[in-house]
Amino acid sequence: MGYPHPSHPKETVVLSQYFGDAGARSFDGWVQRGGYQALKKALAMTPDQVTEEVKASGLRGRGGAGFPTGLKWSFMPKHSGKPHYLCCNADESEPGTFKDREIMRWTPHQLIEGCAIAAYAIGAERCYIYIRGEFTEATRIMQAALDEAYAKGALGDNVFGSGTRIEMVIHRGAGAYICGEETALMNSIEGKRGNPRIKPPFPAAAGLFGMPTTINNVETLASVVHILNRGAAWYKGLCLSNPKSTGTKLFSVCGQVARPGNYELTMGFPMKDLIYELAGLRPGRKLKAVIPGGSSVPIMTPEEAESALCDYEGIQEKGSMLGSAGFIVLDDSADLVYEIYRLARFYAHESCAQCTNCREGTAWTVKILERLLKGEGKPADLDLLMDLGENMTGKTICVLSDSCAAPVMSGIRKFRADFEHYLAGAKSPALVA
Amino acid sequence: MSQELVSLTIDGVAVSVPKGTPIIEAAKQAGVLIPHYCYHPSLSAPAVCRMCLVDVEKAPKVMPSCVTTVTEGMVVHTQSEKAKDAREGVLEFLLINHPLDCPICDQAGECELQDFVFQEGQAGTRYDYPKRFNPVEDFGPDILYVANRCILCTRCVRFMEEVAREPVIECMERGDRAYIGITENAALDHPWAGNVVDLCPVGSLISKDFLHKARAWDLDKTASVCTGCSQGCNVMVDTRDDVVVRIRPRANLEVNRHFICDTGRRHYRWMNRGDRVEAPLVRLDGKLRATDWDAALERLAALVGEATGPVVVLASGRASTEALGWTLRLLDGKPVMAAVKVPLGDEAPLPGVPNLALRKERAPNGDGARLAGYTADWAKAIGAAGSAGLVILLDAELDDAEVAAVAGARLVRFATIEDDRLAGAELVLPVTTVVEENGTFVNRDGRVQRYMQARSAPGMAQPAWWVAAGAWELGQSGRAAPGTGSEAFAALGASIPALAGLTHGELGLTGRTLETAGAAR
Repeated sequence: MGYPHPSHPKETVVLSQYFGDAGARSFDGWVQRGGYQALKKALAMTPDQVTEEVKASGLRGRGGAGFPTGLKWSFMPKHSGKPHYLCCNADESEPGTFKDREIMRWTPHQLIEGCAIAAYAIGAERCYIYIRGEFTEATRIMQAALDEAYAKGALGDNVFGSGTRIEMVIHRGAGAYICGEETALMNSIEGKRGNPRIKPPFPAAAGLFGMPTTINNVETLASVVHILNRGAAWYKGLCLSNPKSTGTKLFSVCGQVARPGNYELTMGFPMKDLIYELAGLRPGRKLKAVIPGGSSVPIMTPEEAESALCDYEGIQEKGSMLGSAGFIVLDDSADLVYEIYRLARFYAHESCAQCTNCREGTAWTVKILERLLKGEGKPADLDLLMDLGENMTGKTICVLSDSCAAPVMSGIRKFRADFEHYLAGAKSPALVA
Repeated sequence: MSQELVSLTIDGVAVSVPKGTPIIEAAKQAGVLIPHYCYHPSLSAPAVCRMCLVDVEKAPKVMPSCVTTVTEGMVVHTQSEKAKDAREGVLEFLLINHPLDCPICDQAGECELQDFVFQEGQAGTRYDYPKRFNPVEDFGPDILYVANRCILCTRCVRFMEEVAREPVIECMERGDRAYIGITENAALDHPWAGNVVDLCPVGSLISKDFLHKARAWDLDKTASVCTGCSQGCNVMVDTRDDVVVRIRPRANLEVNRHFICDTGRRHYRWMNRGDRVEAPLVRLDGKLRATDWDAALERLAALVGEATGPVVVLASGRASTEALGWTLRLLDGKPVMAAVKVPLGDEAPLPGVPNLALRKERAPNGDGARLAGYTADWAKAIGAAGSAGLVILLDAELDDAEVAAVAGARLVRFATIEDDRLAGAELVLPVTTVVEENGTFVNRDGRVQRYMQARSAPGMAQPAWWVAAGAWELGQSGRAAPGTGSEAFAALGASIPALAGLTHGELGLTGRTLETAGAAR
């Protein structure tokens, strides 16, 4: 199967096996496809054994930071005497990223099963699935699946007769990008303004409602199902390059490509093949730039992209980050300054306003870029942008500010000619109508 | 916080502080004030202003000193290039949308933004766009919000949420559109809401009462104690040209932390009254005539000596401990009934601070009076006044019924305010108010606290203890009356055992709780 186009032979289809197969959405349909075996298997193990299995698989967080999942789970206190919580981060708002949405749309039970296994492993009786507000279809499908899972005994006071209690609740976001940041997400669930919290304390010590909390991305939790089903060794074996990056990963590819969509690849897959072969450029076009990790990471030049391997280390080696693996591909028809301006405007709009550097820096950056695009830029503006970027990097509570600075700074460094084009008096038709 | 000590170095100065101390507090011990906006010792630390970033050796990036706790062997630099660059960057960001309207801003001169920019900001700006504009908003009975000046430190939000526990204000909108907004149909009218004005590090939240009254540098500031109730909050009395224009809290972690209530804050207009008694008045040929202090003190001593029946003393709850003690000393050997008048009101606690409230007893020194031997049974004392040999009114404010009750008696008034209803008095002695003298109050927890003279006394007015002690001296052979408030206080121990051995010097500026605390109640 595959959606919106059939899987490419070079894909390793695990998570996306039933994308496009509406039959997998129902409880029975999921069970027919081998569903809920992993959960039953996990319930027969001790929570620590489950955590160890995930640790051994080498699975790392798929939300962007790439923190080892099993290790994160093991930070949860034992015998704390407090309620533990699991949060599933389904607030997929990173520009260019649309993988979690598809998991929820096609295989809601895959996620529910993964959540249940994780909840069991960390001793949480309650799991919040925080779904991005705009995902109305995904929310509807998830809610229907959740209701069914309760009805069939996969959730509730006595999961599959094991005596384990796991409750699952869907919490809808209200449209703020920053609520995808884990501590802002927890504030949002608590009914507070979605501002990121200062760390420490880390969620495992004091998270949701001040209780020990683990928060994982949708794709991470869905992967756990397959690790339990097929074993850590199998998962660890899915690796084409660096042994620290294992398993499969959904790569969302969008932008100026012939076949945008999600591609599930084994870690370490050559980026060149992903861009030219799987997604493909439009006829007659040349690659100009790639933003590989969702919009928050440094922009890559064609040379960097063509030589990069798609895993955490491979992309970092080329000066960017894997992030959430939402690829924005730009060909030679793209106006890079305008694209960067659009991204900066997004971050300026979404800054939560807590930290001075982010609140003022993102908005100022937009103003400078806007003036540049109108052909009214000053030669000193590029240095100013770089300096502001410096002041916005590593100085704030969360990384939204860094994320705004990353494309701007890498853009000026790597595509200076595009900026100088505007400094020389060119005007962007998009801004000067 | 545990008492286990952690040693670290801040700007080359070695300090040892309790484990768990944030760097910003440890730095104070090293004599280093790390610039900050959102941090306040009486509020939670959100680390949002990013002003207090410091360079910690071995840390990958600059750390917010308000939430980074000290570790053994930590080496902190606040003046390294890295730290200074970080602060300079934040100041630039804070200023790009700040109106810089210091010339018309009440906060100028006591503004932390002004201070730190002056200290280490850039001389010019690289921002050449129009600044953000939002209109001034009315937040409550005494509070205006000037959004343009706001740096969104959220101290006000946290105070209302954590301390007043009435979260009616919150940060609204996002990005550079953010501002502090107030809940629809709500007002900052909590009994302690005025503290947000003091907490605001810039001129964004301002007091309507103080609006455009004075420039900060024209104010004289005097340490004092609030006269609003028996809590005894430490305050700063701000005067301009000898007129009290503002009362602000003075930090005392054991009494009021950094806060005072709005009742106390407003309780200063009476200090500026113009209808004051300015000269001693003595009854001659049936009329009150002005005289000098020698004659007045002699007359007072004579009236006390001549008194045939019991002497009734009716004291104000605002009278100093010195005045209360020396008045009774003057009456030594006479049958005395002494009472203090303490007006009552509703209690208004500040939920976030234990043992802090606007108290029912709306006078600062009811406990000092009780300690000195005054009774709280005011009605009984008023009842006894009619048949008393002498009634001494220690600046107590009387209602009409009470005036009628004392009208028939021989009356001596220690007075601040002229009162035609008491024209039958034998003697009127002009005395000073709390802001015109040095003295002490004893609060409800038995804490003895000093207040200082903040403005000059009108006319010939003298502290009440000086008057009582002066008359007392006339009846003594070779025993001199105290010459200063400190001497007057030090001598109180002779008649009030709880105060024995205490001196003004020992009390310092934050006072001391008596070991027999509460015994007087």
